[in-house]
Amino acid sequence: MKPVVDIMKIIGKNTKRIDGISLTKGKPVFADDKRKKDYLYLKILRSTIPHGVIKQIDYADALKLDGVELVLTHKDFKSIYYTTAGQGAPEPSPHDTLILDSVVRYVGDRVAVVAATSIEIAEKALKLIQVEYEELPAIFNMDEAIGNSTILHPDKEGYNFVYDPKKNIASNINEELGDVDEAMDNSDYVFENTYSTPYVQHAHIEPHISLSWLDENDRLVIRTATQVPHHVRRIVAEVLEIPINKIRVIKPRIGGGFGSKQEIIGEELCAAVTLRTGKPARLEYTREEEFTAARSRHPQKITFKIGLNKDHIIQAIDMNILQNSGAYGPHSLTVMSVSASKTLALYKSNHVRIVANSVYTNLPPAGAYRGYGAPQGFFALESIMDEIANELNVDPIELREKNYFNEGDEVPIAKVLGEGREGFPVILNTSGIRECLSVGKKYIQWNKTKPNNKLTYLKDGIGVATVAQGSGIAGIDMGAAYIKMNEDGSFNLNIGATDLGTGSDTALAQIAAEVLEVPVDKIIVYSSDTDLTPFDTGAYASSTTFISGTAVKKAALDVRNQILDQGKKILNVETAVIKDQCVVANNGEKITYGEICTKSFYTDHQLQIQSATSHMSYDSPPPYNATFADVTVDIETGFVKVNKIISVTDAGQIINPQMSAGQIEGAIPQSLGMAISEFMIFDKQGRAINRDFNDYHIYTSIDMPEIVAKFVHTNEPTGPFGAKAVAEIPTNGPAPAIVNAIYNACGVRIRHLPITPEKILRGLGKIS
Amino acid sequence: MINFILNGKRVRVDVPAGATLFDYLRDSEIFSVKFGSEKGETGADSVLIDGKLMNSSLLLLHSLENKSIETIESFSSGTNIHRLQEIFIEEGAVQCGYCTPAMLLAAESLRRENIESSDSDIKESISGVYCRCTGYVKPLKAIQKYLNETRG
Repeated sequence: MKPVVDIMKIIGKNTKRIDGISLTKGKPVFADDKRKKDYLYLKILRSTIPHGVIKQIDYADALKLDGVELVLTHKDFKSIYYTTAGQGAPEPSPHDTLILDSVVRYVGDRVAVVAATSIEIAEKALKLIQVEYEELPAIFNMDEAIGNSTILHPDKEGYNFVYDPKKNIASNINEELGDVDEAMDNSDYVFENTYSTPYVQHAHIEPHISLSWLDENDRLVIRTATQVPHHVRRIVAEVLEIPINKIRVIKPRIGGGFGSKQEIIGEELCAAVTLRTGKPARLEYTREEEFTAARSRHPQKITFKIGLNKDHIIQAIDMNILQNSGAYGPHSLTVMSVSASKTLALYKSNHVRIVANSVYTNLPPAGAYRGYGAPQGFFALESIMDEIANELNVDPIELREKNYFNEGDEVPIAKVLGEGREGFPVILNTSGIRECLSVGKKYIQWNKTKPNNKLTYLKDGIGVATVAQGSGIAGIDMGAAYIKMNEDGSFNLNIGATDLGTGSDTALAQIAAEVLEVPVDKIIVYSSDTDLTPFDTGAYASSTTFISGTAVKKAALDVRNQILDQGKKILNVETAVIKDQCVVANNGEKITYGEICTKSFYTDHQLQIQSATSHMSYDSPPPYNATFADVTVDIETGFVKVNKIISVTDAGQIINPQMSAGQIEGAIPQSLGMAISEFMIFDKQGRAINRDFNDYHIYTSIDMPEIVAKFVHTNEPTGPFGAKAVAEIPTNGPAPAIVNAIYNACGVRIRHLPITPEKILRGLGKIS
Repeated sequence: MINFILNGKRVRVDVPAGATLFDYLRDSEIFSVKFGSEKGETGADSVLIDGKLMNSSLLLLHSLENKSIETIESFSSGTNIHRLQEIFIEEGAVQCGYCTPAMLLAAESLRRENIESSDSDIKESISGVYCRCTGYVKPLKAIQKYLNETRG
């Protein structure tokens, strides 16, 4: 699609967030802010053991408690296996989950649900429920899962998409391009190392929260903090066996999601209670439940083996992933697939192999988390690239620059690894990776030899990592937009695209405003509501700007053409142009947008100027990023201080520079956390030890290093106005850049996150 | 019975022992105070008590006799907007917005101290309010701008 206007007036400029006023004023815009007093409050009784069969549940005493309305156990639901992953249909994640099961598989797994007239009564009722378990042996170490005599999901009728239940393998990938073994044999250098990442948490400040009620027509309404309203509607319909037309899902403002709110882990329970009782229901996760029973980033152990020739050109890459799914398999296949498909699309190699297994353990299930496997994959890849550069005694940037895919190259891995099935061939249209590096090098002063720190126990170092991501899921993600015109020349833009706090409503309004040549405040955005907005796969996989944005652009172009047509008809002229919110004829005669719409409604050539358009793409152009870290290591204590992170991104044409920078600045502390301060610790019974923000430390304002977020420009032909995605990519670089900087500072190589003082001191030989 | 001033209005209520300010405010449809965690670590439940930033979920209503309680609802009315709110929007300091009311209260509390504030004072002022979206970069810049403007 050619741009309509050569000089963009709104795209690439800062536009104030369209929801800024309501949010700064603390207006009741979040899910829980509409609650009335007659709700039933849900509480979930959670397993205290890691693995066992529920022999008996006695909840008679709980039911006797004044205010307890309902107790639900596995006996109240049919055995419909599904996945909580909240993906498009058919979901590629293992369908291994029941709303309530007679088997519990981790400490925190669901046992029963209580609905009562207050939270306090519901909590009291939980304590009155007696559960008798037959305990089973449990697996806590992912290395011991495959082939263990303990089986988490013995093959059952109804299971689907589980790779090998008898071996505890939830998902598997086994692909090879070329001949890796032969290419390794023929390589001059071969390097191999193993890296790992821990369980880390999304830590959105608003917990999972869902409300449900019956409307005046007895249709079920679910108001929920979700990234995927249309998937919620479909999956609730499926698991509760009610028709989709009886359900309306409303997504209000969301208090952060980062992938966690793609999971459907509450809406179905609220719905079940409302349908059984006819009463409104509310379920909000406690912070402890967020830590122990919501979702987290999949821990991965990745081995990279890389062969290079004497000129340091990569000949073969062999990647092996062992991933911990936890007790269930949401996103287990596709997260590993992204770990491989994004890393293996950065450096050219004719011989590539990926073997990956995601295994079941009796720990909390992992899920989708910003970056979706790429942070784990790039931690390993960009660590080993640094190790190779050090071993070969070459500049780590030069080594990388010799091996990148270039514009015009075909990226073969994309064809093999799609969304749980074959993907689509990709030709790289735009790559700003080299420019990202050159901009970042200047800011970090890469070529300048740093003076030694004045304090001899402090060692300074710098490191780099270069990373990629995608823009939506090729051949799958689809978004639709509906635009209609009003008499004052304003437009309603209704989109299924789900703003979860990123500002996508504003970005999409900018796209519509640019095409329609109106100020952004003439665009009234509504997202997302399954009754009132068209379909969208939802806010994940960095798809909203690229996919939904193109749908908006198409709809706006269509509306623009209709305005011009109506204007010409009303003016009774053959040719005219759009200028200053008017249709202007050659003879100078003109009619305003408002007049065109008003006449079209009431008097002339009557119709509603409107358009509903969809977009799907077989392309998923990679944004690129170079992240540089500046650290100081205290070699007496092993303490690492990150002084500065420089993050330079090629996200194509930036729609809104301020909001895009905000995405970068917000992603960096999430990766800093994964590197340094955030990791779940489980005891010998698989119980999470850190269950609150005192024991699980996310970055606060006083912990933050200096952040520099910069962009380089490319013009991606497949994206709206040249845009690529920006939301996930900045999460990939900081952790590997930091470990590389630590090596640069003190010669200690951390291959297993998190970076702790103990590991530094061990690396320095100061403790054993 | 307990008496306090809520957003400039004198309030006299009878509440059960153990009721928290957080529950009282949300039940009174003051929705700008948010649930982030039971123990107040996130600070999303922040209010100003006699001008000081405090966690409403850790305050028993009975401890607030004659105190002045402020929430962000008191900063503006109708279509008016407080300059601090405006600056947060201008500087792109709002993303999901869940922690924004608490951040604004923290910034206002710092301003009222009316003493010279260093960068680290500003960082410190919002250190009790967790934000998972912004990396604090733009909120800190916005607060700096607000202090510069209001302190001349």
